[in-house]
Amino acid sequence: MTTTSPPRAAPAATTCTHCGLPVPLGLLQPDDRPSFCCGGCATAYAIIHDGGLDRYYRLPERRAVPVEPSGRSFAEFDHPAFHALYARRRADGLAETEMYLDGVHCASCVWLVERVPLLVPGVTRAELEVGRSLAHVAWDPAITPLSAIARFLDTLGYRPHPFRAQRVEERRRAEDRGALLRIGVAGALAGNVMMVAVALYSGWFGGMDPVFEHYFRWISLLLTAPVLLWPGHVFFQGAVASFRTRRLHMDLPIAIALAAGFIRGAVNTVSGTGPIYFDGVAMLVFLLLVGRFLQQRAQRAATDSASLLHGLTPSVARVIDGEAIREIPTEALLPDMRVEVRAGETFPADGTIVEGASEVDLALLTGESRPVHVRTGSAVWAGTVNLAAGVQVLVTQAGEASRVGRLVQEVAAGAGRRARIVLLADRLAGWFVAAVLVLAAGTWAYWHFTQPAVALDNAIALLIVTCPCALALATPLAVSVAIGRAARQGILIKGGDALEALARPATLYLDKTGTVTEGSFRLASWDGPDWVRPLVVALERHSGHPVATGFLHAWPDVMAPAATDVRQTLGGGVEGCVAGRNVVVGSPLFVAARTGASTAPPRAATGGDTPVWVAVDGTIAAVASFGDPLRQEAPAVLERLRRRGWRLRLLSGDANAVVRSVAATLGLPTSAWRGEVSPEGKLAEIERAAADGPVVMVGDGVNDAAAMARATVGIAVRGGAEASLAVADVYLSRPGLAPLDELIVGSERTLRIIRRNVAFSLAYNIAGAALAMGGWINPLIAAILMPASSLTVVLASWRSRTFEPTP
Amino acid sequence: MSVIFVVLPIALVLLAGAIGAYAWAARHGQFDDLTTPAMRALHDDDTPPPPAGIPPIQP
Repeated sequence: MTTTSPPRAAPAATTCTHCGLPVPLGLLQPDDRPSFCCGGCATAYAIIHDGGLDRYYRLPERRAVPVEPSGRSFAEFDHPAFHALYARRRADGLAETEMYLDGVHCASCVWLVERVPLLVPGVTRAELEVGRSLAHVAWDPAITPLSAIARFLDTLGYRPHPFRAQRVEERRRAEDRGALLRIGVAGALAGNVMMVAVALYSGWFGGMDPVFEHYFRWISLLLTAPVLLWPGHVFFQGAVASFRTRRLHMDLPIAIALAAGFIRGAVNTVSGTGPIYFDGVAMLVFLLLVGRFLQQRAQRAATDSASLLHGLTPSVARVIDGEAIREIPTEALLPDMRVEVRAGETFPADGTIVEGASEVDLALLTGESRPVHVRTGSAVWAGTVNLAAGVQVLVTQAGEASRVGRLVQEVAAGAGRRARIVLLADRLAGWFVAAVLVLAAGTWAYWHFTQPAVALDNAIALLIVTCPCALALATPLAVSVAIGRAARQGILIKGGDALEALARPATLYLDKTGTVTEGSFRLASWDGPDWVRPLVVALERHSGHPVATGFLHAWPDVMAPAATDVRQTLGGGVEGCVAGRNVVVGSPLFVAARTGASTAPPRAATGGDTPVWVAVDGTIAAVASFGDPLRQEAPAVLERLRRRGWRLRLLSGDANAVVRSVAATLGLPTSAWRGEVSPEGKLAEIERAAADGPVVMVGDGVNDAAAMARATVGIAVRGGAEASLAVADVYLSRPGLAPLDELIVGSERTLRIIRRNVAFSLAYNIAGAALAMGGWINPLIAAILMPASSLTVVLASWRSRTFEPTP
Repeated sequence: MSVIFVVLPIALVLLAGAIGAYAWAARHGQFDDLTTPAMRALHDDDTPPPPAGIPPIQP
């Protein structure tokens, strides 16, 4: 245990001791004392250093991210309702819970998080699962509250979120373990059957004492029976279900082939004549199980990553109770409670403002890009963001009754009404199964009347050689390889059906705010001399308004003097004294009223942008405009999609003027865009369009979620709301629209590979069936030929190029 | 070659043992998370024991 300080000289004098990023000049420490880029890093360092964990700084790989604690109290983590939902009591009095942690990157995070028990008394165990950013914590509630642990993790830069999918997780874990167990057992037994089979085959050519042959055949029977009885019983279950629902299912011929092969083999073993099919039967079970498991895994990984993003709905609300304010979980919020919502926070419920005034960002709910001014008496909705100042809200509707809650229910309903995409392989499977069964019966009947001795052998050979392995295994494999490759490119796809649907051009609906545009208020134009900039920055540093954020974002390196007497007027602007000059920044009306000047250059803000005037000492010095800029790559991406034959439509809740200008920039005709559409309107529009053919909806907010759920395929872009992620079939986790293009191209390639696989396996099966019907192959040769086709297709899928990094 | 009558059953018993071990591992969640333990192994060597007064870690 190292306790000497300093633990390690920073690599260079100007990098942060904790995170390794450059240290601002003002924060540099003399000599070799630790320097930090921010207060968060300094606090984290102090905790780690005082806890005697300096070894952290010598780990080979550390995260280079400044620590930004949220500073929340996490009091809701101690609420009984929270414990009932997310924590478990153990028999020994300890409690256990799981939490998602933000900012988990690498091995050093594992090291640090798992040492929490050394630093927080009362914590007995902390384990981190890196793949899913999930921390398992066991602690003694008598010694320390959960909120203290949460605050501690937050201070280290790992902001905790409650893990809401506990039950799903347990069920999945059991499923996964069961599947692995079945695969392992089937694989081990099949491998041994195979080895015995090799001995038998070599005896076939080299001659073998009948005693040994008998012995080996009995051993094969002994090894194969458990494969069918346990791992293989899933196929028999599937076949029985197929009978019950009267739909031909891929499991039906598989089950018939398995049963027929095994029974015939067993009879031959007992009688001591004729072929046994045990090697083929056992191997078939093993390969099919592996194929199913792989596909399930790939789809689940995509679903998981999307559900990781929990930060968008608040988990806590601050309720005003007389004089006191207490934090409770959002789930426990009831109508007629008064809640406090600070600037920058998300409203936890629908309500009316009873005190204060502010500006609200409705983008998530309605798609409106401009902040909306609210004051006492105004209605506000859960899920929207309070931008400017703290307000008190009287709750009218909470939880599922809130507008966003109802939208989420719409989403579930929309998903239920969605037309199911029938996979190519599933479509073929029914016909394939029927054809195989008819042919097998025909073969048996024909040979029964001509050469009864070989009738059953020929029918079994047909069932084995036409085993739908290639159909059943290679299509899922092509899909799961594609899903895996796509995930590495930041495209998370939840199902193979989405891939198939995206491979053919259809109608593509795009949301505007946050999808085609950046989704944030940015400085669009600036018309004024450079010396005004420091004055503006000095003033706007004191404001949390989106315009202020926009200025600071646009000019990060402008050095500004100090500002005094700063006053803010909601819905107007900011004024103050900078370097001895009177500066006013705000809306034209506000600035004109403050200075008496209205002689600004009459430059109309373009395309529905919001104008902002700057006055210095009573005269207009500069005119800026703010808007939500188009994503840089959007025009090119959409142009490429258009050339591929996609019909593009723009659907937005934003003002018509703004949508018109965006549509014009993208070259969309008037018929292809609609503005001021409510979430319900979007859903109606998609329903109408879906009647004519497949519809793809790309969006980001809750306002798109219902439409996305109803569309044939819903695609969520980065930064979207939880609701939209939940219903999306595809989530583009890289910012921007470029992944959309890759997604479409990758889907086309994947479908081409699936078609190639299906065509190959059909051709192979037709040839095999012809040979078997003609009586040219016996079941033994069929059992050797069968895996050859599967292997070819498996290799072809594995090496396929679907989602590749764009050069 | 009659040694095969002895060796093969022995091999099958070993197979049963291996399957049993695998079943235990799969049932006890040894395959649940395949990334983190690899990272943990890199720096688990000289961790100080937990301070006194704290209940021991339970699996």
